[in-house]
Amino acid sequence: MNQTQTSTGPILTTDGIPLKVSLKKAERINKIRAFLLVLPLLAFILITFLVPIGDMLARSVDDRQINTVFPKTFEVYKKWDRQGLPSEEVYKTMFFELKNSEGYSVGKASTRMNYSKSGWKSLLKKSKRKFKKIEEGPFKEQMIAIDKKWADPEYWLALGQMVDPTTMGYYLNAVDLKYDSSKNIVQQKENRRIYNKTWIKTFKVSLLVTLFCLLLGYPISYLLATLPMKYSNLLMICVLLPFWTSLLVRTVAWMVMLQQKGVLNNLLVMSNLIADENRFQLMYNQTAVVIVMTQILLPFMVLPLYSVMKTISPTYMRAALNLGASPMHAFYKIYMPNSVPGVSAGCLLVFIIAIGYYITPELVGGKDGQMVGNWIAYHLKTTLNWGLCASLGAILLAMMTVLYWAYNKIVGIENIKLG
Amino acid sequence: MRMSQKDSFVKFEKVDKSYDGEILVVKDLNLDVPKGEFLTMLGPSGSGKTTVLMMLAGFETPTSGEIYLDGNPISSIPPNKRGIGMVFQNYALFPHMTVKENLAFPLEVRKMEKTEIDEKVGNALAMVELQDFGNRMPLQLSGGQQQRVALARSLVFEPRLVLMDEPLGALDKNLREQMQYEIKHIHEKIGITVVYVTHDQSEALTMSNRIAVFNDGKIQQISSPDILYEKPNSSFVAQFIGENNQLKGKVKSINGENCIVTTESGDDIHALKINVNNNGDGSLVSLRPERVAINSSENFENNFDAKVKELIYLGDHIRSRVEVCGNDQFIVKIPNSYKEANLKEGSTVKLSWKASDSRALDLN
Repeated sequence: MNQTQTSTGPILTTDGIPLKVSLKKAERINKIRAFLLVLPLLAFILITFLVPIGDMLARSVDDRQINTVFPKTFEVYKKWDRQGLPSEEVYKTMFFELKNSEGYSVGKASTRMNYSKSGWKSLLKKSKRKFKKIEEGPFKEQMIAIDKKWADPEYWLALGQMVDPTTMGYYLNAVDLKYDSSKNIVQQKENRRIYNKTWIKTFKVSLLVTLFCLLLGYPISYLLATLPMKYSNLLMICVLLPFWTSLLVRTVAWMVMLQQKGVLNNLLVMSNLIADENRFQLMYNQTAVVIVMTQILLPFMVLPLYSVMKTISPTYMRAALNLGASPMHAFYKIYMPNSVPGVSAGCLLVFIIAIGYYITPELVGGKDGQMVGNWIAYHLKTTLNWGLCASLGAILLAMMTVLYWAYNKIVGIENIKLG
Repeated sequence: MRMSQKDSFVKFEKVDKSYDGEILVVKDLNLDVPKGEFLTMLGPSGSGKTTVLMMLAGFETPTSGEIYLDGNPISSIPPNKRGIGMVFQNYALFPHMTVKENLAFPLEVRKMEKTEIDEKVGNALAMVELQDFGNRMPLQLSGGQQQRVALARSLVFEPRLVLMDEPLGALDKNLREQMQYEIKHIHEKIGITVVYVTHDQSEALTMSNRIAVFNDGKIQQISSPDILYEKPNSSFVAQFIGENNQLKGKVKSINGENCIVTTESGDDIHALKINVNNNGDGSLVSLRPERVAINSSENFENNFDAKVKELIYLGDHIRSRVEVCGNDQFIVKIPNSYKEANLKEGSTVKLSWKASDSRALDLN
């Protein structure tokens, strides 16, 4: 080896390559290897999770589908001063674009136009059929002759909401607001205000479920963590057994239990605790949703609680007793604060799952028990208003992010323990 | 109410303890601890010493018998009403409280005034020299510091009695030795009664006024450290405390306090009769390595030729393993100052010791 190397020069390896270069090279191989190992998962998450979420978020503000059907109309529409009726030129462009467009894309566009002003859909459908007979202008009068709605400025003004490629309309819709024809934000009509109530209901149900899960789960977890092994194993199986049973089976079982002529009411009537005509209304309402969801989500509370409580050494309680605290005081001052990481992990987990819950409210909720998740499913499957779905979903996501942020500020996310 | 003896602050009276109704982990325990004493319960794991401590603290109840504290029976008093301080094996400092809050906890429970609490906490921290660490969390402290906080917490509410359950077990050797002296000094300074549990005999010898050696749920011997070391009264104690040479044989004759034990190699050893009773009984003769003289001109009762098997230089002394009376694990500690040319492995030396230093004990 070269012995003349001075201390000022770079340190060389025995091969004469600078140490830093060698080190980087050695580490790079490890890094590539590690990256290749996680690559499949990364790709999976990207394709199945990040891309769809991004796409849905984009959809919640996307308003281009009309612009692709009526691009020229919107060009000339922009020049209109929004007083009275538009000029012949607007009518003419609209006429040709509608007449020459494909039925499928008109269908999609008219659905969107209907959100701004109901009536657009039928108007376009009818007009497209009748336009075939018209060959030359002036178009304004002929179109008005086909349907008087063409002479209604309201319809033309409603189009103005769709000029921009993005819109906040879906978000407004998701909180019972809308644009009026002159683009001011106003409340929905009384009979169409459904989402704010749903939001409040969703929060209420989720909070109740979280609370009940905590109240029921805390003592169970305490027992699980402190009982001798042979009892705690049995208890653990009791907690986990429902967890392994299909969610549908459990929900249907609850329907049998809770309905008016169900097991619970029958038992109460049979034991003369309630009169036959006063049977409890426990099914197809919010009560049912809370009861069933509490049962279903209980393991999500118990497991994090248990894993944290398992780490609380029993000598803490002994030490507290030894120092003179009563058992209650020791529990309150020593045990509970140490179980907080489990409580917060459990509550956050249950709340997050509950707030987006769909299947249970769908099955047992009835009219009164529908949550945001059910509206998302409804618009996704029935009305095909994906923009509204996306905005409802995005608001849910934003709420959870805010909750997470607030939690981190107050408790500190590093205090969460799942095991 | 029974009469309380002046010199019996803690008293165990015929205490039995069983966890499963089949095996007694503590058998017929009778023990008196005078006020101000530092008593160590020493024994291998499973010997029942920790159970005794837990019964005293109130976390376990005696299956039969009664425990008295200052003359009053305490078996029915819950642990939080006993006013006994305790240092736990892993300190059991409350992890969500600062050092000060940990120390203030027993005082707050006793509903003391804020100013009084502050003063006592300050004094306790000063006692263990941790004044600057009051606002730290326990996990931010080193093992030794945590140990001191635990010690301070057990003393801050001025209990009548402090129990310590292997408090130094988690520390490294140097720190452990240092803490032994600190605990000893604190005990001497405040004159509190301490019951200490350990399986480390050097710890017991360093700190205690008296040591109770436990084995198999019973006290084998209870006496001051020097007596325990010099005069073990059973082969278990002799083996458990300090280093010990054992020569196995049969009792040949008994003459009052003395007896002669014949080893399998046919050598007759003069020894004190401790717990052998009849001629022909098996016996282990116990002898401390430092009581064996090498090539001595003095005339002791026991003189044997031995073959040096191994010599290990240990600085202050040379530890030599020799074969004598059929035992090739016999250890002799030769002072560093001893310079004899022919002392090397394989050479033969003369060993001699007094009959009064060799104790004829049971065969175990």
